[in-house]
Amino acid sequence: MTTSTLHRRRPRRPPGQLGGRRPLNDGFRRRAVVVGFLAPALIILTAFVGWPMLSALRLSFTDASGFGQETWVGLANYARVFTDSSILQAIGNTALYAVLFTPIALVVALVLALAVNSPQLPFREFFRTTLFLPFIVSLAVAAFAWSYLLDPQIGLLNYWLQAVGIRIGNVLEDPALAMPTVVLVAVWKSFGFYMVIFLAGLQDIPKSLYEAASLDGANGWRRFTNVTFPMLSNTMAFVVVIALIAALQAFDQIYVLTGGGPYRSTQTIVMEIYQSGFKDLELGFASALSYVLLVATLLLSLVQFLFFGRRGEDTSS
Amino acid sequence: MTSTLSRPALTPPAASARTTARRHRRFKLSRALYLVGFLIVTAAIMLPVIIIVLTAFKPASEVNAYPPTLAPTVWTLDNFRAIFSELPFARLIGNSFVFAGGVTLFALVFDSLAAYALARLDFRGSKVLLIVIIASLMIPFQATLIPIYQLVSDLGWVNTFAGLILPRAADAFGIFFLRQFFLSLPRDLDNAARIDGASEFRVFWSVVLPNAIPALLTLGIFTFVNNWNDLLWPLVFTTESDHGTITSGLTLLTGPGGIIPQGVMMAGALIAVLPLAILFLMVQRRFIESVASSGLK
Repeated sequence: MTTSTLHRRRPRRPPGQLGGRRPLNDGFRRRAVVVGFLAPALIILTAFVGWPMLSALRLSFTDASGFGQETWVGLANYARVFTDSSILQAIGNTALYAVLFTPIALVVALVLALAVNSPQLPFREFFRTTLFLPFIVSLAVAAFAWSYLLDPQIGLLNYWLQAVGIRIGNVLEDPALAMPTVVLVAVWKSFGFYMVIFLAGLQDIPKSLYEAASLDGANGWRRFTNVTFPMLSNTMAFVVVIALIAALQAFDQIYVLTGGGPYRSTQTIVMEIYQSGFKDLELGFASALSYVLLVATLLLSLVQFLFFGRRGEDTSS
Repeated sequence: MTSTLSRPALTPPAASARTTARRHRRFKLSRALYLVGFLIVTAAIMLPVIIIVLTAFKPASEVNAYPPTLAPTVWTLDNFRAIFSELPFARLIGNSFVFAGGVTLFALVFDSLAAYALARLDFRGSKVLLIVIIASLMIPFQATLIPIYQLVSDLGWVNTFAGLILPRAADAFGIFFLRQFFLSLPRDLDNAARIDGASEFRVFWSVVLPNAIPALLTLGIFTFVNNWNDLLWPLVFTTESDHGTITSGLTLLTGPGGIIPQGVMMAGALIAVLPLAILFLMVQRRFIESVASSGLK
């Protein structure tokens, strides 16, 4: 930053046009302008993204607790992350969450995108807006609504399901059903977002391909498998990666609905970071766990960037 | 297959007209069926939203009644009265507006300044800086929360708006998003202003920014919604319940072991969603389109 200089691409301005004040050093002035534009954002990002990233790495090798001396403990925290059975369970739960969330969200979003995109459907704009609405509801609020709907005594959904002979009991207290329930809440909140990405992908498919397929006698299903599906594969891969990244960060609805229970069956990595870092004050250990999350996210982001980065650059011309 | 796919060129005109009329009727019927079916699907998906709205107006006796009902038989505002009298709810709403609004305002100003430098001021190292910013976009804030908390705590900013807002006053995604938008604006506009002797800040402020209002609006709404809805951040930086936001406050007071009745909770949830719903409906088309085209995180 401080060493940056400007390429003089534009001719120097005539001095008379600068309000009569002739700058002492044009290069210095230009540099000051660049610094002025960049400084506010860079100071914030350095202090609250860059430095914390390095600081978390350092903390992860210590037994920091927020009080007293910090002792260097080497890889002990990382060893605990990968040997402590309760932490391994949290990592496994997060993986399970991702494995449930990603395909369900993808299929729901894709099916609804196809439906909303169909020329058969009137009022498409209305449906698109309505189905996007859950995306602006916070996960915490969505969790309130779902917990009331699923309440074993007074829950409307529970009551309706019982009426058709399905007894789900108290899903949030059931170790087998708690995880699917918190996944369901997340799918409900975020499918609209992925749906909109799919809609954009669908609209990019050339109409001529469908016409050609129709002339060849392809019916609706074959047009889907032979045109839509392959043409949408990039969009689908993109959605898979961003859904996986979102799944790694699962926290809000779990905090509200189950607190990680029952029997830690919904305990995720971020829940564990929150509890060990901010409740038990094991800052060193929580930082090591944070780094595991960071590396996992970076790997997924790298995949996304390598495969889809060019998409963003296309618009920059 | 064969019946619906008639080839116009090979069909005699009269037969073609008959098929078209029949097909038209069938088309209309299938459209209607499709519409009804999809309305039912949409209503089922919207059930949680519907239940929030309807329960918020139910008296306590109906909220806890068995068998449960969808709509209230008696409509009441008791739940809204209760949430304002029993909780520091007005305070929480105010906190949410200051927090989400503050972050949005700062981030829009700081991000657009930096984005302008990256898009318009050619300086050595701009490519590297852009790559660093894109890389930092991949860091989840949950992973750096502990050092951020330590820093905020050392500054004495826990339970203050400064602690809530300033760490988010600039955002790598916003810088990248606005840079892309600025690059799409024609350079002729700002070069004309430069030739007229305008300073870079003037070009930025009076030429580029006014043309970037759609992008600023999208980013602003996205930032506002994200922060308004965020739970973990206010949970960490506000340890006293009346310093929290509507999202964290509602969660603390109604969450696990909550003390607040369901009806009151739904009234709170409705109030929490309402400003966002209004904001979203005002600009929904543009918002959805930019989400689609940019793949906003």
